Amino acid sequence: MRLRRKRRLLRCLRKSRELRSVQNNTAAIKPGDVLLVSTVRNEKIRLPYFLRYYRDMGIDHFLIVDNDSADGTLNYLAGQPDVSVWHTTHSYKSATFGVDWMNWLKRTYAHGHWVLVVDPDEFFIYPFCDTRPIQALTDWLDNSSIRSFSAMLIDLYPKGKIDETPYVEGQNPLDIANWFDSGNYTIKKNPDYGNLWIQGGPRSRVFFPDQPKKAPALNKIPLVKWDRRYAYVSSTHALLPRGLNQVYEEWGGEKASGALLHTKFLDTFTQKAAEELTRKQHYANSVEYTAYAETVKSQPDLWCKWSEKYINWRQLEILGLMSKGNWA
Amino acid sequence: MSTVGIVMLVHTALDRAQQVAQHWTASGCPVVIHVDKKVPRKTYRAFHDACVKDPLIRFCSRHRCDWGTWGIVAASQSASELILAEFPDIRHVYLASGSCLPLRPVQELIDYLASRPRTDFIESATTADVPWTVGGLDHERFTLRFPFSWKKQRWLFDKYVSLQRRLGFKRRIPAGIVPHMGSQWWCLTRQTLSAILQDPERPTYDRYFKKVWIPDESYFQTLARQYSSSVESRSLTLSKFDFQGKPHIFYDDHLQLLRRSDCFVARKIWPRAHRLYDAFLTDKTGAMKRTEPNPGKIDRIFAKAVERRTRGRDGLYMQSRFPRHGNENGLTSNPYSMFQGFTELFEDFEPWLARATGARVHGHLFGPERVEFAGGQTMINGALSDNAAIRDYNPISFLTSLIWNTRGERQCFQFGPADNQEINWLLARDPNAQISVITGAWAVPLFKSNRNFADIRKEAAKLQQVETKHLEILRSVWTKARVRIWTMAEFIEAPMEPIQTIVDEIGPANPRRLTEVPTMVDLTGFGQFLQNLKNQGMHPYLMGDFPVEQPPVNTPKTNRKPYLVR
Repeated sequence: MRLRRKRRLLRCLRKSRELRSVQNNTAAIKPGDVLLVSTVRNEKIRLPYFLRYYRDMGIDHFLIVDNDSADGTLNYLAGQPDVSVWHTTHSYKSATFGVDWMNWLKRTYAHGHWVLVVDPDEFFIYPFCDTRPIQALTDWLDNSSIRSFSAMLIDLYPKGKIDETPYVEGQNPLDIANWFDSGNYTIKKNPDYGNLWIQGGPRSRVFFPDQPKKAPALNKIPLVKWDRRYAYVSSTHALLPRGLNQVYEEWGGEKASGALLHTKFLDTFTQKAAEELTRKQHYANSVEYTAYAETVKSQPDLWCKWSEKYINWRQLEILGLMSKGNWA
Repeated sequence: MSTVGIVMLVHTALDRAQQVAQHWTASGCPVVIHVDKKVPRKTYRAFHDACVKDPLIRFCSRHRCDWGTWGIVAASQSASELILAEFPDIRHVYLASGSCLPLRPVQELIDYLASRPRTDFIESATTADVPWTVGGLDHERFTLRFPFSWKKQRWLFDKYVSLQRRLGFKRRIPAGIVPHMGSQWWCLTRQTLSAILQDPERPTYDRYFKKVWIPDESYFQTLARQYSSSVESRSLTLSKFDFQGKPHIFYDDHLQLLRRSDCFVARKIWPRAHRLYDAFLTDKTGAMKRTEPNPGKIDRIFAKAVERRTRGRDGLYMQSRFPRHGNENGLTSNPYSMFQGFTELFEDFEPWLARATGARVHGHLFGPERVEFAGGQTMINGALSDNAAIRDYNPISFLTSLIWNTRGERQCFQFGPADNQEINWLLARDPNAQISVITGAWAVPLFKSNRNFADIRKEAAKLQQVETKHLEILRSVWTKARVRIWTMAEFIEAPMEPIQTIVDEIGPANPRRLTEVPTMVDLTGFGQFLQNLKNQGMHPYLMGDFPVEQPPVNTPKTNRKPYLVR
């Protein structure tokens, strides 16, 4: 495992040569700042709300890799004072789906900081996020000697056809996609890395009903007190060293955890799925996108009678999808 | 000048400490501040210069304060000596930290203490009487030596403790004192405090307590017992501890909770909780009514947090709670029932059971074709789908999710040897499961079916084997479920009695005797059917003994015949 970690780190150094700095404001990062790292591709329409959401949460600085966007993403980001942005035209897939690039950014700029790694369609929520900024959470985690924080991916979808309501730049995606599956998740322990492997939700239900094994993983550990020796292994599903994956209690209690509200299923999705299908830059030869493209053609209504409408984090805590743990 | 002096121990969030100190002095309470030696000189100077303009604020000599070490006691001593010497009017000294926040107007505290001029408020109990200690060191913290830091040198700490245990090492507790411990935050009278500080034996006590573990929770607590004329063993500071002994932190959203706490001072406050600081340090109208301090109101919420962290919600499996085998604290969240053989033996068992109990009655949830949800639905609470492939990917998850999703409503389902058997151990180990089995009833559908006898024989052999394995599990010593097993022959002899028991156990939906009974299928010729299987070399033994000539079972009461005993 140590070798594997070292290999990851070497790889991120090698892949860092693919990144070209466009705007580097990292000198403004102060000790104790909470950082956000992300990779984007043609997501300009989502970025205004994304940045606002996380600024309100208390994120102090954004480190973003732009993977060859053609919609003006780069220009938009380069105008923001609390954003540092890198550009690359290289393959997302051969950079382990962006993980290598982001590992390098964190290794270089996030040592000793709490860092949140999310996609532009993921919205992080945690216990008391409506009343306490993210620094309250990170201070508490520091105080409790906790280094990593789990937030399971929860797929949100609209009621009706996915492309029925168009998404407008700056809009809260939760205004459109605000339904989710509350209780059809399965959990297994991954013996290699010690992380949990969670599957289920609407993607398993609608896109992979016959091969549930192939349904995408929903477990994520997006918030970590970074050290330059750490590395993500695959997306934010697992980290090395393995101790960081121990975000769940095995002796009966509940650790504190949050959720990532995944607003992938907007009207932009149909187009994206078609594009990703030809690019083949996603996990397992984009098997996910193949399934999407096939299904989306016929009946793109993910909503069902038992879908829950998203209200707030307390709802998710009551449903048992996240937990306050001993944070009160 | 007021008769209450404040000793304040500060190590971070100096701006907040300054704000609070000035709040105290505004009401005339002198404050002596101790700043941790770890604070950089530059920061300290700036803080010192900002505060020292206030004539009621003094700074005492600095000590290095690491958690659980002597430094905190030394700091309290220096600051107390200074405050007693500099401000001769004060009667009570209140020990507070930089992250403490006065909740009630300071004048109320002054009045409260003025009316109890002889009382020392210090939580102080003997180790034998309280279960507070975390980490298993209670009395030993007074009899062993602790030169290593628990936080930074944990390995050495643990090794040294076990070495001393092995050698049977015991420190001698100085004559005359009985170790007590309690909250670090006290409020002592001048008489008691000065007696502690000026005791001729103090060097002996100091030397002893320097090697005690967490002396800040025992030094004053022990010595106050020596001198005080009236100890009230409680802290005036509201402080809640989590399961690892760390104090809970208060945030903006605790405002209403703190208002209702009736306590004088709370700790610890998150430095960025602007609303709390604004409300309690400036807002005079927010002052609380005059009542005896009572932190009990807050207890519940923090006790629940500890419970959630240590025990968790029964039957919940999620991203941050995935118990190991045997540590589940409840395998499922609610009681439920499994029926094996009933729907085969009775024509209308499922609707009948639903009427009789008010529970949700599913068909074969683990059937090979699909999940037979109640009412033929394709999906159920939590968006669990009836897709057999998804269910079979993780049947245990499926069942625990189903029970979790339908909390508050009793679930019943049918089961049989043709179903997915992966859940058998879970059910057997689960005290929430009520399992009722009529063995061999799976043969009834075969008997009724229009299939070739060779196929029937093969199928029957398979099902019998599966059910036998299942019965072994149900009869194992690890089984915690409420299990009832009858052979089919046994059951049809007097079917209503066991059914009444099961239904009574399920719940009070229908507390009277059952008036309506399910109709049993016509079993004429079943004995012959079993005999045919036997003739083909397949011995069906799970049904019990059926004579070849079947008695009329549908009217057993009017026309009962005894069974043959062979």
